[in-house]
Amino acid sequence: MDQIKLQYFGEKFNELQSSNPDAFLSRLRKEGFSNFSDKGLPTHKNEEWKYSGASVSNLFHKEYKLTEDKNQLPVMKDDIDEMRLPGFENANELVFVNGKFVVELSAIRSSSEQIVIMPLEEAENGDYKEIVKEHLGKSNLFINDGIHALNTSFIYGGVFIYVNKKQEVTNPVYLYHILDAGDNHILSQPRSLVFIDERSKLQIVESYKTIGSMDSFTNEVFEIVVNKDAILEYYKIQNDKTTASQVATTHVRQIGKSFAHTLVISLNGGTIRNNTNIIMEAAGNEAHMYGLYLLKGKSHVDNHTLVDNKMPNCFSNELYKGVIDGSATGVFSGKIFVRPDAQKTNAYQSNNNILLSDNASVNSKPQLEIYADDVKCSHGCTVGRLDEEALFYLRARGISKEHAQAMLLQAFASNIVEQIKIEPLREYAEELITERLSEVNTEE
Amino acid sequence: MKEERDVLEKTVASDYKYGFVTEIDTDVVAKGLSEETIRHISTKKNEPEWMLDWRLKAYNHWLKMEEPKWPNVHYPTINYQDIIYYAAPKKKQTINGLDEVDPELLKTFEKLGISINEQKRLTGVAVDVVMDSVSVATSFKKQLAEVGIIFCSMSEAIQNHPELVKKHLGSVVPMTDNYFAALNSAVFTDGSFCYIPKGVRCPMELSTYFRINTENSGQFERTLIVAEDESYVSYLEGCTAPRRDENQLHAAVVELVAMRKAEIKYSTVQNWYPGDDQGRGGIYNFVTKRGICSGEYSKISWSQVETGSAITWKYPSVILKGDNSIGEFYSVALTNHFQQADTGTKMIHIGKNTRSRIVSKGISAGKSQNSYRGLVRAGKNALNARNYSQCDSLLLGDKCGAHTFPYIESKNNTAVIEHEATTSKIGEDQLFYCRQRGIDTEAAVALIVTGFAKEVMNQLPMEFAVEAQKLLAISLEGSVG
Repeated sequence: MDQIKLQYFGEKFNELQSSNPDAFLSRLRKEGFSNFSDKGLPTHKNEEWKYSGASVSNLFHKEYKLTEDKNQLPVMKDDIDEMRLPGFENANELVFVNGKFVVELSAIRSSSEQIVIMPLEEAENGDYKEIVKEHLGKSNLFINDGIHALNTSFIYGGVFIYVNKKQEVTNPVYLYHILDAGDNHILSQPRSLVFIDERSKLQIVESYKTIGSMDSFTNEVFEIVVNKDAILEYYKIQNDKTTASQVATTHVRQIGKSFAHTLVISLNGGTIRNNTNIIMEAAGNEAHMYGLYLLKGKSHVDNHTLVDNKMPNCFSNELYKGVIDGSATGVFSGKIFVRPDAQKTNAYQSNNNILLSDNASVNSKPQLEIYADDVKCSHGCTVGRLDEEALFYLRARGISKEHAQAMLLQAFASNIVEQIKIEPLREYAEELITERLSEVNTEE
Repeated sequence: MKEERDVLEKTVASDYKYGFVTEIDTDVVAKGLSEETIRHISTKKNEPEWMLDWRLKAYNHWLKMEEPKWPNVHYPTINYQDIIYYAAPKKKQTINGLDEVDPELLKTFEKLGISINEQKRLTGVAVDVVMDSVSVATSFKKQLAEVGIIFCSMSEAIQNHPELVKKHLGSVVPMTDNYFAALNSAVFTDGSFCYIPKGVRCPMELSTYFRINTENSGQFERTLIVAEDESYVSYLEGCTAPRRDENQLHAAVVELVAMRKAEIKYSTVQNWYPGDDQGRGGIYNFVTKRGICSGEYSKISWSQVETGSAITWKYPSVILKGDNSIGEFYSVALTNHFQQADTGTKMIHIGKNTRSRIVSKGISAGKSQNSYRGLVRAGKNALNARNYSQCDSLLLGDKCGAHTFPYIESKNNTAVIEHEATTSKIGEDQLFYCRQRGIDTEAAVALIVTGFAKEVMNQLPMEFAVEAQKLLAISLEGSVG
């Protein structure tokens, strides 16, 4: 990170600090900025960034502009209509423009008894002060690299979502991130906090869209707290332009015996890094993590997961699958961490990759770090190509090579897609994937 | 539950049986590391000029390097000026037969259970014995020489076969490879050298026994094995050290070169002093081992049983350069008390149709930490490369840790790589099954541990398998065996 950029971020940081003197948030930002100044952007020398550090720090050779005031609305309703996901009629739609939550463009369909959705600053000054103070920024303890600190330095304009006790929210929350890269390379840094209280349920879906011909970079931190007997379902669909890159952190803390279900589908983009962390802070938690990446061109997708078992009797299951074509790179790095007190942990982790072309590559690093003895942990990892015999079987029955290949890949991807529990969204994802896999056309 | 824990505690509270010190006159070079020390070592060993230059080059490079911090092990900073870099048993003239070896030395090795005389007569294993810094005896030299095999200490090789040493030394592990390899290149004192000529199948197992005896000394040996076209050799390595409260450094380098259709089988039973049950003392075992399958259809196989050392940090690797070459790695690593092990392998697939197989079994007891760290890389031209890795960890007791850090990198779509790992403790059902049949808990634990490690034990040569079984038993005390 050169001086000019540090200076630019410094100026923007000072501007933000002086115009928003709120005590709690400005303290967080200050910590973040000093951390960022110390560490700079991660490089491949940082073990956690071994395979993606170079790509991400290279992107920052460009001059990304930080977002301007959220009250300027460069986005039209049409843009939103274009990126609406199926099932939106029934959803709470939250629109983020360049990383800032825009109330005016959003539509909240659930009753306020069930769910409270408001700008982060408002929550911090109002009734939800205590919750925000207690839970915002906890992910900083787990990820202390420079890029995460950069997000923390600019916490402003995020959203706060609170689900009341005993509420099964039937309207899922759809988050649309619109990035306006018409004039400048844009750096968007959304920061959100979700608190799901006891015995409630919430479904969250995130998607991204870049407008304009310049590059965009999303540096997102999404913190979710799941209380006792609550259920979280979290879906992310990454299907943006190749000029759109991101580092997206989803930090889930299960503070009471609860259930979490996360799923990330990466179809298009530049350099993408997904940090998905599940922190088991109570006994008896259950978590399921899924990921699917279908890559082509020069895409680089890095799924970096952590399951931190702090308390006993937790269960986690992780399955990430990838099909890599063109000269794309897939990276998987998963860590299961079992602390001394987390006896009777059951944790599973699996990563399967199919390479379709000569220039595709994959780097996988499934890790177990275990400090308790009464555990059952395992991981598996495979890298290979399509089964020749299965292909032959289909072709012997008169199915064209392309079709046979698409069928096999579809079967490979299907057990991830079927984990999407929002019906219209699943159908949509299936369509996207079918379309995508039928494009796959590899030479012998 | 309670009973099981008691048994576990008892079985893991074992003692190191090789902790005695031999009272023998030793020729020692003063502590400290400088160009002077290196010149001194070189002069003492009567080395040619090129060897000294090589050492000094390595030393100057080492000065610029930083000690690596990435492994999952913790230890206080090593003071490299507080180590004796050369210590040799005195009275060493040129030894032609075992009869001329200092009887005190022979006794030492007899105590260790490797009676050199006996081995010569009974098992037909050729042994090279290295005490502190130098090789004290090599048996069966004559018989081996008849078929053209050169098996001698590294110092002799430098004197007698400089062209071979010059050609291969540092060809697999360059002096600049890593911090400890550079240090070793600068100060290595002895080790074994082995050359198998074309088409020769080595008629017996070759073996080296390493022993650290002198206080405060570090052992830096260097082993080089070259197998020419269509040859075969099986090589064994064993090591022990006395019980002391200080930590001692052992930084060895092993290089294997397998030419076309050659096969090298390298087995290690590592039993350096692991420190006491409070974690005091013990050997820091920081070793670089690497082999290259440089010819087609060649094969390198590493088998290791790691029970000793306060800290073990090593990754026996294979570079699969020749087409159709094969790399294998079988490992049992047992850690107890406060031991730490960060070990595993690297399989670098470069040639076509290369195959590798990794089987790693980690057993952690007491308050120890046991990590597997491995890399499997299929390069761009490694068509049809195939790898299968399996890493299992067994936890005995609730204060130890077992970790797995595999790295899998594939740049070739015809390569197939599989990795699987599990971590668990001894199953209640397995224990119950044994007890139901009248086997007491202690014996049952032993039985299960032995069974867990069996896949690797089966890979060891017979002479070694027995020793390794015994070691596993001693390290876990009780009635294991």
